[in-house]
Amino acid sequence: MQSYSLTHLKELESESIFVLREVAAQFENPVMLFSGGKDSIVMFHLARKAFWPGKVPFPLLHVDTGHNFPETIEFRDWLMKETGADLIVGSVQQSIDEGKVTEEKGVNASRNGLQTVTLLESLEKGKYDAALGGGRRDEEKARAKERFFSHRDEFGQWDPKNQRPELWNIFNGKKAMGEHFRVFPISNWTEMDIWQYILAEKIAIPTIYFAHKRKVIERDGVILADNEVIMKKEGEVGVEKMIRFRTIGDMTCTGAVESDADSLEKIIEEVSSTRVTERGSRSDDKRSEAAMEDRKKQGYF
Amino acid sequence: MTEQHAYLDMDLLRFTTAGSVDDGKSTLIGRMLYDSKSIFQDQMEAIEKASARIGGEGEEGVNLALLTDGLRAEREQGITIDVAYRYFATPKRKFIIADTPGHIQYTRNMVTGASSANLAIILVDARKGLIEQTCRHSFIASLLKIPHIIFCVNKMDLVDYEQDTYESIKDDIEAFCSKLDVQDIRFIPISALKGDNVVHKSERMDWYQGGTLMYNLENIHISGDYNHVDCRFPVQFVIRPQTDEFHDYRGYAGRIAGGVFKKGDEVAVLPSGFTSRIAKIDTMDGEVDEAFTPMSCTILLEDNLDVSRGDMIVRTNNKPEVGQDIDMMICWMGDQKLVEGAKYSIKHTSKDARCIVKEIRYKVNVNNLHRIEDDKEIFANDIARISIRTTQPLFYDRYTRNRATGSIILIDESNNKTVGAGMII
Repeated sequence: MQSYSLTHLKELESESIFVLREVAAQFENPVMLFSGGKDSIVMFHLARKAFWPGKVPFPLLHVDTGHNFPETIEFRDWLMKETGADLIVGSVQQSIDEGKVTEEKGVNASRNGLQTVTLLESLEKGKYDAALGGGRRDEEKARAKERFFSHRDEFGQWDPKNQRPELWNIFNGKKAMGEHFRVFPISNWTEMDIWQYILAEKIAIPTIYFAHKRKVIERDGVILADNEVIMKKEGEVGVEKMIRFRTIGDMTCTGAVESDADSLEKIIEEVSSTRVTERGSRSDDKRSEAAMEDRKKQGYF
Repeated sequence: MTEQHAYLDMDLLRFTTAGSVDDGKSTLIGRMLYDSKSIFQDQMEAIEKASARIGGEGEEGVNLALLTDGLRAEREQGITIDVAYRYFATPKRKFIIADTPGHIQYTRNMVTGASSANLAIILVDARKGLIEQTCRHSFIASLLKIPHIIFCVNKMDLVDYEQDTYESIKDDIEAFCSKLDVQDIRFIPISALKGDNVVHKSERMDWYQGGTLMYNLENIHISGDYNHVDCRFPVQFVIRPQTDEFHDYRGYAGRIAGGVFKKGDEVAVLPSGFTSRIAKIDTMDGEVDEAFTPMSCTILLEDNLDVSRGDMIVRTNNKPEVGQDIDMMICWMGDQKLVEGAKYSIKHTSKDARCIVKEIRYKVNVNNLHRIEDDKEIFANDIARISIRTTQPLFYDRYTRNRATGSIILIDESNNKTVGAGMII
């Protein structure tokens, strides 16, 4: 007898496609946040599946901090060309130049917090009523409480105590003028699911996910790439190491791991035996125990 | 490479956990994550730090409950304020936990967590036995038609691992559950704090012959939980590329809500009732011969019919109910009470409409299942039977037959909040 059951990856894929189609159907002007990291790459891949052979019916928005790895930008531009997707870039540098935000000072300065301002501004400018993000609930404990459809008030704020209940797979995207939604189609995926899916679907990803030689500095147990935007403390010198990145963020705060995993198979092996969460190597989350909760309330993804 | 294949072969079990405030639910989840080695070193270090500050319990000297306490507001008050989702995997299965708080005022959260679960774990304190909240949780689990319920009689360490205590609690719960409609009920005596029968078999309860909680979670048969009989395909989105290559392509995108659709099947489209045949079931990976719940796919028909979002494709010989007068059980979640004559927006499958509440038939006392016919004041966290009339016909099945086509939500038109979860009778 035929067994009608899906593997867990297929079930997750189906759920995400369902959510993406709901967004296209329920909102007038959605946009997909694209960071160039593996999660947003998978999300975009799922969007192509959801609307194939039609075009993805919304543009991609990249909030460019100006501190991105060049490999990320290169990959982003290649992918857009390859798939014919529409890309909009919001620039943090521009927000700084216009005096809307002030850059942090000191050795641990990061543009991570400033992104929120540029993001909200870009959303307002484009009059987007839904912004799709590649957040996963397994990443961090504040994210564990997120809905698929997450309502934001006119200031883009998240109110964790006052979330709409999300029942079955019926998503309520109704809102008042000026409000918008954040939607997380890959909420239920774990880091391992993402890697297995990238392998199974042969999805292209930026080269910095694979092991390579790079000059790095070590600070408070975090390995940071040595580059022109990072402010070095006295006595810090770059040393060459074989490393790879588990997440892609700004060059100032994205930690690398020592690794010789130069293929997807080896990365998966590494991920399955690793004992530290992927955000454990991000210095932006280490600032305080509730760092993510605070940033999310202000409108961060 | 074999490990690779194993991973691609795993299925997915979604379960929800319910218990009263001090039943040790967070400890149980922490225990499952800890003993299945799903805790990362940095998470462990973080809770070790926090345990040192707040105070730890348990044999590891850390407070495992802290693993699941998410928001600062909760840590300060020592409560869980919302549904949180957790993930772990064993070589057999991947698990998604909807962790819901047990306080009375948060019934809506349990309903939310239960709505997508295949299984419910209901925690019972071995010292207290069957209490009001156990009844409430069991009733909600059965009302939401969760196919499998496991009662974990927890804190067995505090009753000296006595078999008699466990057996008498089990008898009480079985007696209560005989009034409910649940297919599969299991009982396990555990100590989440000490780790007995959670992942590892207890040596202190050799009188218990059954499997551990984890063994049950890994082996419960779930592929039969979906309805694979009644073919239902709510149209979610119409794909019309209008490119040179796909000039005449008109595909109906959606997720199968019931049954198995095959190429060549004779189908009817509701509400028009026009019939056609399935020309093709499409995905970006290529055509598939058949599609079943819960697959997302795109269906193309042989004839050019006018089909749009909110319509439903079904088999000609097996149609859902079609109607505007609908009876349902509702779990109310609004801050304002539910009143007869009020109008709400509704969402049912991919269809949007409005409704008027014609009648509140009765309220259910969720602690003893009695009908309260003379009290029609329905507040948040109440469960009631109501009748509504909708502005357009809905295509539905009874909730007990199909959770996807039998569920409905009510939305307050003044603030757009989801205020009711309805299960069609």
